[in-house]
Amino acid sequence: MNNKGRLGLYIHWPFCLSKCPYCDFNVHVRSAIDYGRWQDAYLKSLDYYATIMPERLLGSIYFGGGTPSTMPPELVGAIIDKARSIWPCSNDVEITLEANPTSIEMEKFEAFKAVGVNRVSIGVQALNDKDLKFLGRAHSADEALKAIDIAKGVFEKFSFDLIYARPDQTLEEWRTELEQAKQLAGGHLSLYQLTIERNTPFYYSHQQDIFSLPNEDLAADFYGLTQDVLDDALPAYEVSNHAAEGHESQHNLNYWYNGEYVGIGPGAHGRIWQDGVKCATRDHHAPDAWLERVEGQGHGAHPYQQLGQDDLAMEALMMGLRLREGLSLKHLAEQSGGDWAAYIDEAKLKTVINEGWAVQKEEALTLTREGLLRLNAILPYILTTEGPHRKTAR
Amino acid sequence: MSKPETKPLAQIRNFAIIAHIDHGKSTLADRLIQTCGGLEEREMSEQVLDNTDIERERGITIKAQTVRLAYTAKDGIEYQFNLMDTPGHVDFSYEVSRSLASCEGSLLVVDASQGVEAQTLANVYQALDNDHEIVPVINKIDLPAADPEKVKAEVEDVIGLDCSDAIEASAKTGAGIEELLEKIVTILPPPKEGDADAPTKALLVDSWYDAYLGVVVLVRVIDGYLRKDQKIQFMSNKAVRIIDRVGMFTPKKVELDALGPGEMGFITASIKDISETNVGDTITDEKKPCESALPGFKPSIPMVFCSLYPADAGDFEKLRDSLGKIRLNDASMHYEMESSQALGLGFRCGFLGLLHMEIIQERLEREFDLDLIPTAPSVVYKVNLTNGEQIELYNPVDLPDVVKIESIEEPWIKATILVPDEYLGGLLQLCQDRRGVQIDLTYAGGRAMLVYRLPLNEVVFDFYDRLKSISKGYASFDYELDGYGENDLVKLEIRVNEEPVDALAMIVHRSNAESRGRGMCERLKDLIPRQMFKIAIQAAIGGKIIARENVSALRKDVTAKCYGGDITRKKKLLEKQKKGKAKMRQYGNVEIPQSAFIAALKMGDE
Repeated sequence: MNNKGRLGLYIHWPFCLSKCPYCDFNVHVRSAIDYGRWQDAYLKSLDYYATIMPERLLGSIYFGGGTPSTMPPELVGAIIDKARSIWPCSNDVEITLEANPTSIEMEKFEAFKAVGVNRVSIGVQALNDKDLKFLGRAHSADEALKAIDIAKGVFEKFSFDLIYARPDQTLEEWRTELEQAKQLAGGHLSLYQLTIERNTPFYYSHQQDIFSLPNEDLAADFYGLTQDVLDDALPAYEVSNHAAEGHESQHNLNYWYNGEYVGIGPGAHGRIWQDGVKCATRDHHAPDAWLERVEGQGHGAHPYQQLGQDDLAMEALMMGLRLREGLSLKHLAEQSGGDWAAYIDEAKLKTVINEGWAVQKEEALTLTREGLLRLNAILPYILTTEGPHRKTAR
Repeated sequence: MSKPETKPLAQIRNFAIIAHIDHGKSTLADRLIQTCGGLEEREMSEQVLDNTDIERERGITIKAQTVRLAYTAKDGIEYQFNLMDTPGHVDFSYEVSRSLASCEGSLLVVDASQGVEAQTLANVYQALDNDHEIVPVINKIDLPAADPEKVKAEVEDVIGLDCSDAIEASAKTGAGIEELLEKIVTILPPPKEGDADAPTKALLVDSWYDAYLGVVVLVRVIDGYLRKDQKIQFMSNKAVRIIDRVGMFTPKKVELDALGPGEMGFITASIKDISETNVGDTITDEKKPCESALPGFKPSIPMVFCSLYPADAGDFEKLRDSLGKIRLNDASMHYEMESSQALGLGFRCGFLGLLHMEIIQERLEREFDLDLIPTAPSVVYKVNLTNGEQIELYNPVDLPDVVKIESIEEPWIKATILVPDEYLGGLLQLCQDRRGVQIDLTYAGGRAMLVYRLPLNEVVFDFYDRLKSISKGYASFDYELDGYGENDLVKLEIRVNEEPVDALAMIVHRSNAESRGRGMCERLKDLIPRQMFKIAIQAAIGGKIIARENVSALRKDVTAKCYGGDITRKKKLLEKQKKGKAKMRQYGNVEIPQSAFIAALKMGDE
């Protein structure tokens, strides 16, 4: 189900028409945007990566945000054309664009397809108006259904997101909504439990007890129910992502496989190989400063951070264990310089396996459903305290 | 050798100032120094004899101090006053007793608005034991609430001291100070004995380490002289030294040629280690020694123990060095390395009492910049074994197996509490709850004087705080040790996943064990975060579980979204968690953060 070894390209579009109260992404609301200037900046950044990263095979492009469906299709097209002119790609290259299900945006689906987008990911979030209102969304449930319908007709592949374990939501209500989503879905669904992030309006209302979230036990039941409903047709291939065979998001899989990806746009992160060393890149956060940097130095990135084997091993574990197929121990060995056992306490791992939270086969370390539910606790538990402490170049 | 010029005995007055905390002892000393011209006005800092910051801030005197003053009395003769400022607190009563042993008289300072307090009594009895003449000083008469007549009546009533010669004074305004100086001459006696021609015989009153001079020894000469370059011997350990400085404090350090009979002052003799100078020792001439040594003092014995661990394990060596430095000047503090499964490497420390313990902890934290984890204070138990042996138990963890124990004895104290009537009921209840046995209850001037026998163990926790809160701060409390007594004592052990947490072990009376155990289990239940596995918290006596709580297992903890942009932040969190594991202790299959135990210890007894 993967296209390992290919490059991913992430384009961050930092603008939304309004900001949702749960969102802590790098998002800005602007009345006027100079699209020409932004287009030049994206293209210029791509030119920069073309020079330092030649000879890659492009596997995916992902327009995230923000709300990329508010971008003019010509801008999206220009970026796609530029990327394809730099890096060769096969016929099955996945080009995803995140979209909101408002009428204006869904009317542009055809235009996006015409410039090369072949997959949309729709931010539906809920299938009833009351919860959509609570989540601060600008669309109605009817609009969401319509957007899904259009996407189905236009794109070969599409996905939509739902947020669940909402305040006051019952398991039965979620079962009904999820069954409906299952019927509506193409081959892919992203289902996220509502998480309260710092520095969001929800964080403050939650602090003040204006609403409360399901407790840990109920949240675990929500997760279990979700798996039960979807296991037959849309099994989870990652903690929060479900897909029918062959419909997995290639772009996102590349993150979980610790692949190579370029991130362009305010606050975008990348992982790129330079002279045999993997580097973390991060573009400047503020939109205007990012534009100025690109215009001045050709790209918007802060100085790269070289990753040492400790970093690589840790990232491989954090990301790889989120996948249902598990973490390839061969991959972990490569990342950690041949010695993954130095990072994992074998006795602790054995305990985790005995508890039924993980399975270790020769090729892979895989978390079970119950294990995935406890991933944040299992990871620090199985990590060795010391680690080999190899030198990390900075 | 020619006889040095020193004051004749008749012109010397050695006296101590005794008082309850805050009754103005140090301020009175300041005023006497100033009036006799020991210091110019501009040199006076408040409470000049309290040298350390902690002494000044807390308004307490920890180390005894001595000052020589010259006072020309109305008879035209210049007298030499040697004034000793003594610690007021019970923990330092040992220092008080040796200060008193080197004087012939005392000024008893009583606050004109507060009246007699528990410590006043304890100190007066000590002074009387040392055959002191006592001049009562009713201090702070300038206060609006002052009632000198009532306080005098109380002194006569409660202490049985004649107050016809009492002086009404205000150390603050200077009122009564002239009169007091005259009374020191006329009422207090000169040194009783003292033969200038006899072999040197001097009492070692105290000693401390000075960074420039080495060990400074405070002495009171009985017979003969102490001179510069004299070869002296410490009679207890036979150590021989040559005096390189003789002097006095005015309170400034002033060097002299010699100290004569009846006089007080200091010597230095290139001594590097304070442990060589045993307080109460007799100093004599090496070539021409005196026949017999002075009776000396009982050595001070640490009564309260607790363990101190560095909050950061990396500070262990620093803690060791710091304790060593404190010990240089405070031989009454004991420490020994120990290792705790829950808290790592640290020290078991012995203190004279609770205040002493607090002061040392505060000094370690302030002067040495250490972040400490103290365990619950404990006392020294005597454990009688079935094989007839008796062992002293300094740490509850070391209690032998129950089957080997015949009986356990615990230290008792005799506590004196003075309290206004209205709070008496609450205090009786408190003493009763702490297994106290009432010995006496009398009334004097609207206040009750309670005498109770109490197990020291029940006092070391929070007795003093409770006493103060019940009486809204009006009760005063003092105690003296009153032997050991056998009791039904047990070791209460806290177990996490069946494994005992050494730092939380304590010896308690069987009747208290269940409530203490349950309290600790409930507290830990709230403090230990949910983990992947169920955590059983138990309190046990011997093998018997008396209380139990569970922390249920974590069911869900997973980040919903983790994409390319989230990796760096999530990785930092994971690295932090990984580092945090160094501060975790393994109990069965769970790791408990040290912070949970620290919080449990900090929450105190109830």
